[in-house]
Amino acid sequence: MPLFHAPEGSAARVAMRLPRLWHTMAFRLSVLYAALFVVFTGLLLLFVYRSTAGFIQNEMADTVAIEVAGLEDQYARHGLPGLLEVVRQRSSLQYTNSIYLVRAPNGVVLAGNLSAWPDALPDENGWAHFQVASSAGPGSRPSTASAMMFTLPGSFQLLVGRDTSEIDTLRRRIWQSLGWVVTGAVVLGLIGGGVISHGAMRQIDAINRTTRRIMGGDLTGRVKRSGSGDEIDTLAANLNTMLDQIERLMTGIRQVTDSIAHDLRTPLTRLRSRIELVLIREDADPEVYRTALQETIVEADRLLDTFKALLSIAEAESGSRGRNFQPVNLAEVARMAADLYEPVADDKGLELHADIRGEPVLSGNPQLLSQALANLLDNAIKYTPAGSVTLTVEPAAPGRGPRVTVADTGPGIPPEMREKVLERFVRLDDARASPGNGLGLSLVDAVARLHGAVLELGGNDPGLRISLQFPKA
Amino acid sequence: MHMKILVIEDDRQASAYLAKGLKEAGHVVDIANDGKEGLFLAGSEVYDVMIVDRMLPGRDGLSLVELLRATGNDTPVLFLSALGSVDDRVKGLKAGGDDYLTKPFAFSELLARIEVLVRRRGAGQPQTRLTVGDLEMDLLTRTVKRGGRDIDLLPREFALLEFLMRNAGSVVTRTMMLENVWDYHFDPQTNVIDVHIARLRQKIDKDFPTPLIHTVRGAGYSLRAAG
Repeated sequence: MPLFHAPEGSAARVAMRLPRLWHTMAFRLSVLYAALFVVFTGLLLLFVYRSTAGFIQNEMADTVAIEVAGLEDQYARHGLPGLLEVVRQRSSLQYTNSIYLVRAPNGVVLAGNLSAWPDALPDENGWAHFQVASSAGPGSRPSTASAMMFTLPGSFQLLVGRDTSEIDTLRRRIWQSLGWVVTGAVVLGLIGGGVISHGAMRQIDAINRTTRRIMGGDLTGRVKRSGSGDEIDTLAANLNTMLDQIERLMTGIRQVTDSIAHDLRTPLTRLRSRIELVLIREDADPEVYRTALQETIVEADRLLDTFKALLSIAEAESGSRGRNFQPVNLAEVARMAADLYEPVADDKGLELHADIRGEPVLSGNPQLLSQALANLLDNAIKYTPAGSVTLTVEPAAPGRGPRVTVADTGPGIPPEMREKVLERFVRLDDARASPGNGLGLSLVDAVARLHGAVLELGGNDPGLRISLQFPKA
Repeated sequence: MHMKILVIEDDRQASAYLAKGLKEAGHVVDIANDGKEGLFLAGSEVYDVMIVDRMLPGRDGLSLVELLRATGNDTPVLFLSALGSVDDRVKGLKAGGDDYLTKPFAFSELLARIEVLVRRRGAGQPQTRLTVGDLEMDLLTRTVKRGGRDIDLLPREFALLEFLMRNAGSVVTRTMMLENVWDYHFDPQTNVIDVHIARLRQKIDKDFPTPLIHTVRGAGYSLRAAG
């Protein structure tokens, strides 16, 4: 049994829509924006009101106090008649907002422009607030007044006050405008918030749409940049870079699968048919079997080598930079590789120069770096028919990290093919005759990327020059 | 050299193949099909060498060897593993393994490695002189003589010859030489070792009637005196 039943009809739709609306960031941002706007405007107006209304109030109190002092002085000097005269004189002024009243101890009104002594009691500041029906002019309406009451020597009572309807009007006006301003602030805040958050949300919506498309399997989708360079634009840029990277990796995996299908299936088929051919032979000469088995092992070893190379590349590619890294002396790695390959080059009539400057140390995987360098030397020696191979290690210089270069005097690689040879299993036509699996440079490239290094292929005029430019430490 | 070998390997086909090959090479073999059985056998019998698969049901090879080492068992251990990355190798050696071989491997490689492991263990005192037939190596003065005649070697040739002499009589594979002399735990594309051995032969064997460096077909090389 559900605890609550959803209301039917349009009420249900509203009930459903409100929470959803509340869950949109745009809405919440607008409301927050409006609320902040209202609070700040309100505080500002409150301050203005306080200072304006308060100022007028104080002004009034001051003038009343001065007047009272004057009247008391008059009473002291000229007695009751003097006071009554001044009061009568002042009360007779038309359109005055001053209120006077003098009362005898027996309660009889002696002078003043107030019809009767008000029965309001003074507040803690000595002010009495009461309603007056102004006698000034026709169509007058009841207004409010504030007055101070004093008892003069001889028990005469004096009342001096002001008609405060003007102040009240001002107050009302201020309150009114406060209301308008707050309403305006709410509306403006909502609109402003809406516009601002809508702008941001539209971009986020676009990002969401793109990610949904990618989740759906379409890896080509990219987030449109607003070009404003703000945080969301940066997020979009980062997302796009990430997607590029993912797409590259996916393409890489697809390439490997294709290459495995092609480059491993071919030798496996060859292996299988070789065994089969020997088995269907009638003459069972042990020597034939032996030879066939030996050939089979050679073929299987070649396959295993290819596998090993693929796994090394995978190891370099899946590794994250810095994981299990240790300080590696590049000069040492280079010396070791040169030392290993020197006799190989010599046997081929090539000169192997090792030009090692400094002892640059970087953080890296020594085995993978050694393997990359060995592969470069291996390739250089393999493809150079005559001349020399030079291995150069340069220490870090201002603006760049250490660099390792292998240059040969072989045929080189045409510029348009340089990008291509880094791909797995790619071998230039001229190289097909020599042994190799087309994975050597792919591994070097993967190792370079693992170390944040850039693999640069260039001409050596004649020959090939391959550099591993490591990043600044 | 006949050895008593314990093979701890959960894949029965693989362990049967290992046992067959090792027996044909003249060794005595016990097989444990999981970690528990392996631990029991390793504790109750004395073996010359143990061949341990890294991934075993029940108790994996790494922790098994760690436990054996903790209990004072120092029988040489060779790890077999399908995991071939440098990190895996380092983990295996850290756990107390003495050598590490990645599947698939050539049987000759396995035979050569266990023999070297057992031999290394029996070597005892550090030596200052190595002698094989009329070939002498002085590790202190770093000089090599054959039949009383000085032989000039480059530093790397010296290291290679030292490795061969320390394992004289045993088969030393190309991979073992790369690992021990160059610290290369991968196979370069070209057979660089053959070139280095050819160099060494030029200096050690060329001017003498009996060669000391012998090629072992399908496996590697062996340094041994005639007879």
